[in-house]
Amino acid sequence: MIALKTFKKGGVHPEENKISAHAPIQKLPFPKQAIVPLGQNLGAPSKPLVKRGDEVNTGQLIAKAEGFIAANLHSPFTGKVLKVDDAIDSSGYRRPAIFIEVQEEEKWEEGIDTSEAIIREIKADKQAIIDQIKQCGIVGLGGATFPTHVKLMIPDGKKAEYLIINGVECEPYLTSDHRLMLEKGEEMLIGIKILMKALEVEKAIVGIENNKPDAINHLSELAKQYAGISIQPLKVKYPQGGEKQLIKATVNREVPSGKLPIEVGCIVSNVGTAVAVYEAVQKNKPLIERVVTVTGKAVKKPSNFMVRVGTPVQMLIEAAEGLPDNTGKIINGGPMMGKAITSLEVPIVKGSSGILLMKNEESRRGIPQTCIRCSKCTIACPMGLEPFLLAKMAKLSLYERAETEKIMDCIECGSCQFTCPSNLPLLDYLRLGKNKVGQIIRSRK
Amino acid sequence: MNEVLMYALITLGLLGTIAAVILYFVAQKFKVVEDPKIDLVDEVLPKANCGGCGFPGCRSFAEALVKSANEKQSLEGLNCPVGGNEVMKEAASILGLEVEEQDPLIAVIRCNGSKANSPAKVNYDGPSTCAFAHNLYAGEGGCQFGCLGLGDCVASCDFDAIHMNPETGLPVVNDKCVACGACVKACPRSIIELRPKGKKDRRIFVSCINQDKGGIAKKNCGVACIGCSICFKVCTFDAITMSNNLAYIDPIKCKLCRKCVEVCPTNAIHEINFPVRKKKAETEEEVVETKTTMTVTHDTKSDPQKDSQS
Repeated sequence: MIALKTFKKGGVHPEENKISAHAPIQKLPFPKQAIVPLGQNLGAPSKPLVKRGDEVNTGQLIAKAEGFIAANLHSPFTGKVLKVDDAIDSSGYRRPAIFIEVQEEEKWEEGIDTSEAIIREIKADKQAIIDQIKQCGIVGLGGATFPTHVKLMIPDGKKAEYLIINGVECEPYLTSDHRLMLEKGEEMLIGIKILMKALEVEKAIVGIENNKPDAINHLSELAKQYAGISIQPLKVKYPQGGEKQLIKATVNREVPSGKLPIEVGCIVSNVGTAVAVYEAVQKNKPLIERVVTVTGKAVKKPSNFMVRVGTPVQMLIEAAEGLPDNTGKIINGGPMMGKAITSLEVPIVKGSSGILLMKNEESRRGIPQTCIRCSKCTIACPMGLEPFLLAKMAKLSLYERAETEKIMDCIECGSCQFTCPSNLPLLDYLRLGKNKVGQIIRSRK
Repeated sequence: MNEVLMYALITLGLLGTIAAVILYFVAQKFKVVEDPKIDLVDEVLPKANCGGCGFPGCRSFAEALVKSANEKQSLEGLNCPVGGNEVMKEAASILGLEVEEQDPLIAVIRCNGSKANSPAKVNYDGPSTCAFAHNLYAGEGGCQFGCLGLGDCVASCDFDAIHMNPETGLPVVNDKCVACGACVKACPRSIIELRPKGKKDRRIFVSCINQDKGGIAKKNCGVACIGCSICFKVCTFDAITMSNNLAYIDPIKCKLCRKCVEVCPTNAIHEINFPVRKKKAETEEEVVETKTTMTVTHDTKSDPQKDSQS
């Protein structure tokens, strides 16, 4: 047997726990009130176009992108705007959002094709595709929520060779991308074709970890009809879904420190994004819903839901048959990179990929001991950093030195903290250090 | 044997002499002339090297004092908060100048969101540093402006002047505070403010920096400033300003009359080191009168907030 491809440096293999992998994507009923945060993408928050009392249709533009790295926002529901006010986000901070009173009967904005029929022919040309993606507010659905149209605008003098599609889903527990690949495989491949046309690339590689054989088989079968798209099974290793790790694993190229993937001729996009691109370009449907996994060892019915943006987390948990009694933490995202949320009123946003309910005993952190210099974190780091050293520097506020030691290369994957036998909060300090160093770098400009 | 010893002595002696001559000329060429006053001033400074004056240590502050005295003939804008007026006077007399007396300052914690006043809705189990927790989440009580209680200010204090009260989960400043400002810089939420110590150590300040609307602020913390403006209306000295649903008392304009303390509906305004109130018949009447009128205004004020909440 030939060894499967993967990235070389570091990495860990946490327990996979993909317990919701066989649950088909279900539609979730609408909430009574939706909260649509304005800052759902990386970069500048959108500027609201509606005010209190306005009637909105599903898919109507309600907030406009402001600035270069920004995305449009569309109403996920039909109803009335209650107010434009601050609402708590997953961290508990209050940030501006649009409150919508949801109406039962749905009325779509004109020009949106809501049928299930698959449109295979791509009529739009390169510029029209990018404009349509920008118009529909598509952002990267892998979690970073980087506006997709910005990614598609390749700087002068650079040329993309490969489009790499991230179907890795290396985070334990999460299965939203897995289900999407199984249920919307055709749409996804057309979406990839659209992206290839926009980027003018000939080759696209879909990287999928080997723990999803059904998705690999299904897509390999479908991809035969689409020239240029190849499916690449990968060895299971975390954090293979990281942009730089995936490039290394699929095309064996290394992105230099502080540079973007385009430097080595690659553009990476998520499978969810590809489906969203298909819907935007072929059906004129803006990004208003996404697949969210609700899972956890104690959850009665681990499921995958197609959820409209703005739906409170509470509703998802109810649909998965309630909050287990011994829940210790509710995590937005996966167990490795996700953050615990502070309230159940928090809405689902474009970047939410899963809600993980952890049992009290498994959510507890170990008591931090002293560093024993075992170098496990250095071995595990997929970016070749020295997490123990960087964490110490962040702790001692030695930010200049941390910068020269490339703290900004850290992708916050948490492999170091996961592998640390002394339970040191390495990632926490790295995040603190990155934040401070980022401030210092920005203040220089 | 003797010959070897002699050669060694001669060689070393010659080397030494040559080096001495070179060093003599080098020392002449690169002589550092330092004002002797710097040493004298440095002598009287407290040697805490806390940076409270804005310079990276007592020595550089002494240099700055001498430079300012030589160039501008005044010590304006320079102050050693640790030594206070006494040290500044002494330093000034060495430099043949006079300084104005400055009110001593003290660090004030502008948050009263203790465990009882702002009960925890979530538990935090990350590393004990406010800087990280501030980036991560709003706080256990839910107030995004309030004290996180993880003690970055305590760690930053060189004078043993600030400690955590384990019962309330809030830091407490004692009279060892010299107003060096280290805790002000350490607090990621800018809760700590340096305010004048005041006459007889008496101070009045708003112990809250929450800028949320009243309803939300009150929901998270029982003693939050709800921006009702009652204190603003009752103040006869224009010492209180309202901005972003928050009252601020100007310590210079404030005459310590304590009217605002009495009327505050959430007890967000604190008075420190005042004697216990004597309730005289006349003043009591007055107080009651102002209070009733104020509750009326408060009710009308808070209604729209209730509306917006529901």
